[in-house]
Amino acid sequence: MKRVYVNEEWCLGCHLCEYNCAFANSGGPDMARALRGKEIRPRIRVEGDGDAITYAVSCRHCTDPLCIRGCISGALHKVDGVVCIDHEKCVGCLTCVLLCPYGAVQPGEDGAAMKCELCLANSCGAPACAAGCPNRAIVYEERGEARA
Amino acid sequence: MKRYVIVGASIAAVSCVEGIRSVDPEGEIVLVTAEAHANYGRPLISYYLAGKTDIPRMSWRGADFFEKNRARLLLKTRAEKIDAQEKRVFLSNGETLSYDALCVCAGSYPFAPPFEGIESVGRRFSFTTLQDALALEETVTGTSRVLIVGAGFIGLKCAEGLRDRAGSVMVCDLAPHAMSANLDPDASGILERHLESNGITLALGDTVERFEGGTAHMKSGREIAFDVLVTAIGVRPNTALLKDAGAEVNRGVCVSERLETSLPGVFAAGDCTETTDVSAGASGVLAVLPNAALQGHAAGVNMAGGDERFDKGIKMNSIGFFGLHIMSAGTYTEPVLEEVTDRTSKKLYAAGGVLTGFILVGDVRRAGIYTSLIRERTPLDQIDFEAVKREPSLLPFGREIRKKKLGGVV
Ligand SMILES: Cc1cc2nc3c(=O)[nH]c(=O)nc-3n(C[C@H](O)[C@H](O)[C@H](O)COP(=O)(O)OP(=O)(O)OC[C@H]3O[C@@H](n4cnc5c(N)ncnc54)[C@H](O)[C@@H]3O)c2cc1C
Ligand code: SF4
Ligand code: SF4
Repeated sequence: MKRVYVNEEWCLGCHLCEYNCAFANSGGPDMARALRGKEIRPRIRVEGDGDAITYAVSCRHCTDPLCIRGCISGALHKVDGVVCIDHEKCVGCLTCVLLCPYGAVQPGEDGAAMKCELCLANSCGAPACAAGCPNRAIVYEERGEARA
Repeated sequence: MKRYVIVGASIAAVSCVEGIRSVDPEGEIVLVTAEAHANYGRPLISYYLAGKTDIPRMSWRGADFFEKNRARLLLKTRAEKIDAQEKRVFLSNGETLSYDALCVCAGSYPFAPPFEGIESVGRRFSFTTLQDALALEETVTGTSRVLIVGAGFIGLKCAEGLRDRAGSVMVCDLAPHAMSANLDPDASGILERHLESNGITLALGDTVERFEGGTAHMKSGREIAFDVLVTAIGVRPNTALLKDAGAEVNRGVCVSERLETSLPGVFAAGDCTETTDVSAGASGVLAVLPNAALQGHAAGVNMAGGDERFDKGIKMNSIGFFGLHIMSAGTYTEPVLEEVTDRTSKKLYAAGGVLTGFILVGDVRRAGIYTSLIRERTPLDQIDFEAVKREPSLLPFGREIRKKKLGGVV
């Protein structure tokens, strides 16, 4: 399957992916209106040492995800390899945050957990972070599969 | 065609079916559970009482799970005896099931010491099954005074679930602190203040000496009047079935990394077992849902002839009360970081050059990175531990490892 991959050496640390992510998942048509003056809650996060090192982290859509095994409600599940959260089922216990080795799940605004679902269900249809990255430091492509 | 029998139809059992089916699409699978409900998120019973979920949404792997996996499910049926020699299980409905591989996923049972006068209490409950939640839903009204004995996470979750339904909710425990089995006194203190400011009355360091109808006579001499009693002192692994069959049993059923018991062809998984806690280097009952799921899956794979290990087990728990999030994991050895404020607490513990445990209250972001360091026993001298102590991120792992994690398939 296609996943989001990060080429760290090309990351400029511009944080554009965070804005594109928050906007893509806001459901609104206008970026400024959706984000201006608000604390954004992107599902991808730029980390680094505040200087030379920067890179973006989002859900790896693991082959055998710990988050799905340990989710207490069964809200986390796979749809064609994509790890998704059913917000109706999630009770916000954050066991998935306790389990994800990449720090890729966060608490969302509706009390449910929130993570990258590859923009497949929002109006973008493909990851907004990769589409908008000016330096191809984030790509959405096929890099094979691990053995389950 | 292989014949699989599973005792229990909860988290470990359902995961066991998933494990079997990942290897063997054909074999015959039968599950037997004493409960009237199967395949539900057991920890959700308090959320049910609080109105945050309902029975359809509590289904852990979906309503069509057993059908989709061509598994036969027997509800309200007990496995009464195992004949390991002849590979047969005797059921309470008179049926006998023969098996090629058996997995016992019997979970735990609520344990309560024999309180004097307990039989004089009219409305008393435990809080471990959906049936318990349904019974409490029916009995608790807006004027009920609820007394919960036990301030562990089950008792406190019950208190949270009942707060808006009951007239009042009080929780007592002989231990001086809430959730004392999981937390340090700083973390407990924050939790206790938060519970009390949310309308839960705590009576800690005090417990019931005897009951007399609707009155609890406390050790301290105090008398507490109540209408509904919930005992949530603790749970114990269900080991009797396997013990009687001759399997090696300690506090929990002893199993290998492949979840094999000492009896050939017999596996066990979930809360009824004891396995190695890699953060302690000792065997223990690691009774939380993620471990039950991981063990059940591995057992299923192995029953069907595959090879999957459960070799990174630790105790771990993420829990929230009225919006306050608390996480704990591993073994609390030498504290290497302690940061405490009024409303947050962060403690990390390390020994032998690896992270062994943590307790986080309030700020729990990206805690999974810490969990992973414990489970993987990552040598701390191979990462920038000072940086990861301050804030969990992938930075301290260095570029090469990050490249594998973020640029490869994991
Ligand atoms: C109120 C509450 C809150 C919890 N909160 C959390 C939480 O937030 N996070 C977390 O990780 N964990 C939590 N847990 C623990 C979690 O629910 C368990 O770790 C998990 O359910 C274990 O799964 P299991 O399949 O091993 O056993 P169980 O879920 O206990 O299931 C065992 C099943 O086997 C059946 N059974 C036993 N013996 C027989 C027999 N002889 N014949 C037929 N059937 C039998 C039982 O009836 C039961 O249905 C909570 C538990 C409770 C009660
Ligand atoms: S949330 Fe974490 S554990 Fe779950 S699939 Fe994504 S990266 Fe893997
Ligand atoms: S927060 Fe939601 S998705 Fe995460 S483990 Fe809890 S119920 Fe599952």
